[in-house]
Amino acid sequence: MSMKKSHFVLAGAALVLAYAAPVSAETIQIKIDKLKFSPEQVTVHVGDTIEWVNADFIAHTATARNKAWDVMLAKGKSATTAMTKAGAIDYYCRFHPNMVGKIIVQDT
Amino acid sequence: MFLKLSGALAALALMLTPVAADAQSAKPTDPQIAHIAYTAGNIDVKAGELAVKKTKSKEVLEFAKDMVRDHKAVNEKALALVKKLNVTPQDNDISKSLVKNAKEKEAGLSKLEGKAFDKAYIDNEVAYHKAVNAALKDTLIPSASNAELKDLLGVALKIFEGHLQHAEHIAASLK
Ligand SMILES: [Cu+2]
Repeated sequence: MSMKKSHFVLAGAALVLAYAAPVSAETIQIKIDKLKFSPEQVTVHVGDTIEWVNADFIAHTATARNKAWDVMLAKGKSATTAMTKAGAIDYYCRFHPNMVGKIIVQDT
Repeated sequence: MFLKLSGALAALALMLTPVAADAQSAKPTDPQIAHIAYTAGNIDVKAGELAVKKTKSKEVLEFAKDMVRDHKAVNEKALALVKKLNVTPQDNDISKSLVKNAKEKEAGLSKLEGKAFDKAYIDNEVAYHKAVNAALKDTLIPSASNAELKDLLGVALKIFEGHLQHAEHIAASLK
């Protein structure tokens, strides 16, 4: 392989990496234990997924105040919600409105 | 044995009726606390079941179903715990007056229909959760000697504080 060609291949690989990095989505867990969302506030990126884990012995919901989503969480169960739009979302539990949290969704 | 009523428990037992000023505080025992907590929960399950049958409001229906589900779940936990701890819940004057007052309240609610029922049920849920929460916070939780019982009552208090907020929201929307 000539010097010239190998440079070209490397440059191409770097380009692919540079392009791929920002779109690697993450899953962030928010646990409910004794009527508390934890962490109570998280910062994520568009394309990330929230995994809700209800460790309590009663059902809860995770309900966005802006009505973007309303997730039912049976006792001991989990569920996921994709974060599709940038912005700050305050959410609460419809059954127990004393349970509140916040997700800040940033552009990638 | 006659159990003297402390302030918060007296309010719970008499559902906010003024009480004699000389009511002294005495620490209820764990078997009595378990009985009081279970009885208080059971009363709200029954009230919820009545509301599920009677209400025509979707909002009140959903709330009533939540009350039945949550209070049953807490009571199941409480029963499992007393069994594990080998504690036999002990009936007492507070439980007895809770039951007596609940029967009177239920008789009153049964006679009402439609919006009058919804309002009376939700107003009672607000007052009842306030009284139960105060009793848990001021008397039952501090008096509980077993750590697991204390912990369960603490979780129950958070659940019932949620119910109170929920009931208050509905009460405001019914006005
Ligand atoms: Cu909840």
